[in-house]
Amino acid sequence: MAEVKERARVSDSAPQPQVVIDPTREPIVVVDDLHIVYRVYGAGGGKGTAATALMRVLRRQNRPQMKEVHAVRGVSFVAYRGDAIGVIGTNGSGKSTLLKAIAGLLPPARGGVYTQGQPSLLGVNAALMRELSGERNIVLGCLAMGLTPEETRAKYDEIVKFADLKPGFIQYPMSTYSSGMGARLRFAIAAARTHDVLLIDEALATGDAKFKRRSKAKINELRKDAGAVFLVAHNLDQVEETCNRVIWLDEGRIRMDGDTKEVIAAYTEATGK
Amino acid sequence: MSHPDRFTPPGGESVDTIPEPPTLAGKSAESLAEFAARHGLTQSAARPPLRTYIQDLWQRRTFIWNFASAKSMSMYTSSRLGQVWQVLTPLLNAGVYYLIFGLLLGTNKGVSNYSAFLITGVFVFTFTQRSLTAGARSVGNNLSLIRALHFPRASLPFAMVIVELQQLLVSMCVLAVIVVVTGEPLSWHWLLVLPVLVLQLIFNMGISLVIARMGAFVRDIQQLLPFVTRTWLYFSGIFFMTASLAEKDALQDYPWIAKVLEANPASVYIELVRTSLLDSYRGDLAAHHWGHTHLWWYALAWALVAFVGGFWYFHRAEERYGRG
Repeated sequence: MAEVKERARVSDSAPQPQVVIDPTREPIVVVDDLHIVYRVYGAGGGKGTAATALMRVLRRQNRPQMKEVHAVRGVSFVAYRGDAIGVIGTNGSGKSTLLKAIAGLLPPARGGVYTQGQPSLLGVNAALMRELSGERNIVLGCLAMGLTPEETRAKYDEIVKFADLKPGFIQYPMSTYSSGMGARLRFAIAAARTHDVLLIDEALATGDAKFKRRSKAKINELRKDAGAVFLVAHNLDQVEETCNRVIWLDEGRIRMDGDTKEVIAAYTEATGK
Repeated sequence: MSHPDRFTPPGGESVDTIPEPPTLAGKSAESLAEFAARHGLTQSAARPPLRTYIQDLWQRRTFIWNFASAKSMSMYTSSRLGQVWQVLTPLLNAGVYYLIFGLLLGTNKGVSNYSAFLITGVFVFTFTQRSLTAGARSVGNNLSLIRALHFPRASLPFAMVIVELQQLLVSMCVLAVIVVVTGEPLSWHWLLVLPVLVLQLIFNMGISLVIARMGAFVRDIQQLLPFVTRTWLYFSGIFFMTASLAEKDALQDYPWIAKVLEANPASVYIELVRTSLLDSYRGDLAAHHWGHTHLWWYALAWALVAFVGGFWYFHRAEERYGRG
């Protein structure tokens, strides 16, 4: 842990790129010196006996199992209408956290995120229940994403068709589905909604080749309706294909922000791929 | 000793000072926040004003109901008897208490129909108790949902109370059978059960909102809660008549104790259900010269205070749920 902190401090001193505002374009998302800190429980430390716990309470110390993770450290940028922004970086560089913060799901410790409309993550996995049938999960997922009951009914057939399950499976519990079938249904539900700002966190590479092609077409369709798109991916080809701009995150800070080709070239060189 | 050359504001440096303010090329006068405001962008993780929040929540009512139904359906899928447990659990509970308090300890002094009296008390109290327990877990158990989707967070404690409401409706059907079997007549008084349960539902939603916020930030609440609810159980006149307890010699000098026990919200809702369902119990109360019409005012007041207070309290931390 100490080693990580040390490295973080070193990169703190490196200046992040300055934000340049383009007055001719319409901003959709403004991220202003954003810091995200979240707490992790049960992360080891201490002997973990009742006696040590009591001593800790008496000495008014924090729980050793509780660690604060400073995942995003002062990120600023402006996204404009029509932007498709790829977010790249190594594991644990804060990409997913940044996306969740833009969606307003993780409250900022400092700074702020300003958006036009409601950004939303593409994904409903958390709202679905494995014990229930596909049918019920479609309704539940749509309602959880904020569709009205009428919209849910209207979208229902489209979702079933897109998920392309084996006949009859829609009435079985989702726990009986193969992983590919489950992923297809989840994607179909998630894609049933239009978004003001679309946030995609590595949700594309699901299912077989045929479904991959169809989901890619669906994503492009969603992109056209959305004001701006953020894509987190490790697959650089995919980023290069879809995005007109790339943000490179390193240790929770922006290392580079700019044209797709330039940033990816620099990133590939730095990581030695 | 003054330091005229130091213009730091009182209280020293603010923790929130930005170490390196974002400099904008050519436009350093305008901060990013101002730039965003000029273009009509709104803060993403901000807490919506109370009025919008209530509207959002109302729009989500189908989701709340569906989420609750899905939860209660999936609760029993792994057990062999399935939904039968919805009926069995309250029945077994009532059986245990009847064995101990009715047969072994013989608490049934002054109550003509003790088994119906006891089971009514247990079922009605269980509704409040389980709402409280489920409310405390509602945020912590659904963190992944909170971190993935946007919705008014109060939906979660509400859905948990709805799950318990669905359980209660099953219990109430069981109770109706028990009450008739034990020799109580059907009467128009039974209709009064509905408004009582509605008021109790509102009260339960209120307290589960409060406990949901507490449980979200202090997980220890969940360990402590069983002791709180058990103490509450013994104070709520479930095994004994508060009216006959008040006539005990030890309590004669402290009449306020009886008043407090009577105004206890759990006791209020239990007594109202009993007086509505059990013809004989109305007679028992009259024998002690205790009325029950004033309890309606208590029931209404508790429901309003708990709901309004709980909603306000829960909403005040809306943007912080999910941070851990």
